[in-house]
Amino acid sequence: MNFNRALLAAALIAGPAFSASAQDFILVQSTTSTANSGLFDHILPQFTEKTGTEVRVVAVGTGQAIKNAMNCDGDVLLVHSRAREDAFVAEGFAPRRYDVMYNDFVMVGPEADPAEISGMTDAAAALNRIAEAEAPFASRGDDSGTHGKEKSLWKAAGVDQAAASGRWYRETGSGMGATINAAVGMGAYTLTDRATWSSYGAKGDYEIVVEGDPALFNPYGVMLVSADKCPSVKTALGQEFIDWLVGSEGQAAIASFQIGGEQQFFPSAAEEKVGG
Amino acid sequence: MNDGASAFATALALIVSGDPEFLGIVGLSLGVTLTAVLISCVVGMPLGALLAVARFPGRGALVVAFNALMGLPPVVVGLLVYLALSRSGPLGALGLLYTPAAMVIAQTILVTPIVAALTRQAVADLNAEYDEYLRALGADRVETIGTLLWDARFSLATAALAGFGRASAEVGAVMIVGGNIAHVTRVMTTTIALETSRGELALALGLGIVLLAISLGVNAAVMGVRTQAERVGHA
Repeated sequence: MNFNRALLAAALIAGPAFSASAQDFILVQSTTSTANSGLFDHILPQFTEKTGTEVRVVAVGTGQAIKNAMNCDGDVLLVHSRAREDAFVAEGFAPRRYDVMYNDFVMVGPEADPAEISGMTDAAAALNRIAEAEAPFASRGDDSGTHGKEKSLWKAAGVDQAAASGRWYRETGSGMGATINAAVGMGAYTLTDRATWSSYGAKGDYEIVVEGDPALFNPYGVMLVSADKCPSVKTALGQEFIDWLVGSEGQAAIASFQIGGEQQFFPSAAEEKVGG
Repeated sequence: MNDGASAFATALALIVSGDPEFLGIVGLSLGVTLTAVLISCVVGMPLGALLAVARFPGRGALVVAFNALMGLPPVVVGLLVYLALSRSGPLGALGLLYTPAAMVIAQTILVTPIVAALTRQAVADLNAEYDEYLRALGADRVETIGTLLWDARFSLATAALAGFGRASAEVGAVMIVGGNIAHVTRVMTTTIALETSRGELALALGLGIVLLAISLGVNAAVMGVRTQAERVGHA
């Protein structure tokens, strides 16, 4: 196949011309919530300044991030879906999981509040009312960490939301921001992590309607991809990043990230408790 | 809508500011797209011309195939290139995933069929006209293709521009194989997608206006060169 060979040759010629720098870098597979909120823009320069290691972040849904890491296309995985993180470790893709930080999910909706759930602190009960009122609800529908949380809440509410797919239950199949966009556009409620909501720029008349339920707790974990599974992993640099992240400096950097004067993520590494 | 009005102001401010991050994104977009279009022309134009003049079994099927490939969905190409370049894929050892080179590969696959199919059509039309003349001169196949490509050069410029339009506008492929990594693989279209998902609609639209302006500039430049060349040619 001359055609393919020509493409490959071209890529090999073009490759070095484009490669950014000789600087060491690691690749982090992470979620849209951490990247879109601006957290990484806040903390990563501090790490790079200290160690000289550049951190390249690919921000996708938790499902895709884990899949990419399983394909060895990342050195470090930072996501928020505890059950799947534990499975990732159990299958030998990472030696262990570290607690990093947490924030919480909130339900947002239009000021008109058609399901009359504003001010509720029981997320499952609120979903029940949405289902009864058949008020539109926008779901990520993308196998992300947020989507997983939402499905577990529907289960707790005893509602078969999938049966209403296409009617009042609308699966956008896209990221958090795009789903908020869609929800605002069609007057639907949606579940979002607080950081993405805080940093979101086109809220319209939307506000937080449900918050404070312990079931809305949203912990993030970080893992080094196993060199046994993926020989290409930069183990030393990746571990250095994780050590920094769960150490006092990284934890303080996470705690100092604010949007509108409010702390967004709360450090939770076991080794050294700092801040919130 | 408020966002629409402020988008123009945002676009203007972006261009005037000369913000290095913004310029880096524009530069990478142009670098990736123009490299992909260049490779596509080098591969696609001779291929298209060969399809126009050569007669061999299966040629008709190949022509239909190339025409159909013009409609390749970028996100599918992105996925295929991802699977090939992934560390667990056949070309994983090259370490090209999440680099601009991967984006060039994906866009080249998208653009080459367009260039080849449009070239084939232009050259086939011309060949119908020139066939006897070239035969009388005793031109061999390479000379024939060379002559036809040169005489079709203005149509070929349009083919290249069509390829440029396709590559500069697509987001599905470069998002998957590039990963939209800040300062490494973030280009105009992936930035627009990111800012939209952040709810920064004015900024997203502003970037869209800049992208449109760049496309306009490239097209105008090619048109200018072409007009100039035609004038010289007829003088």
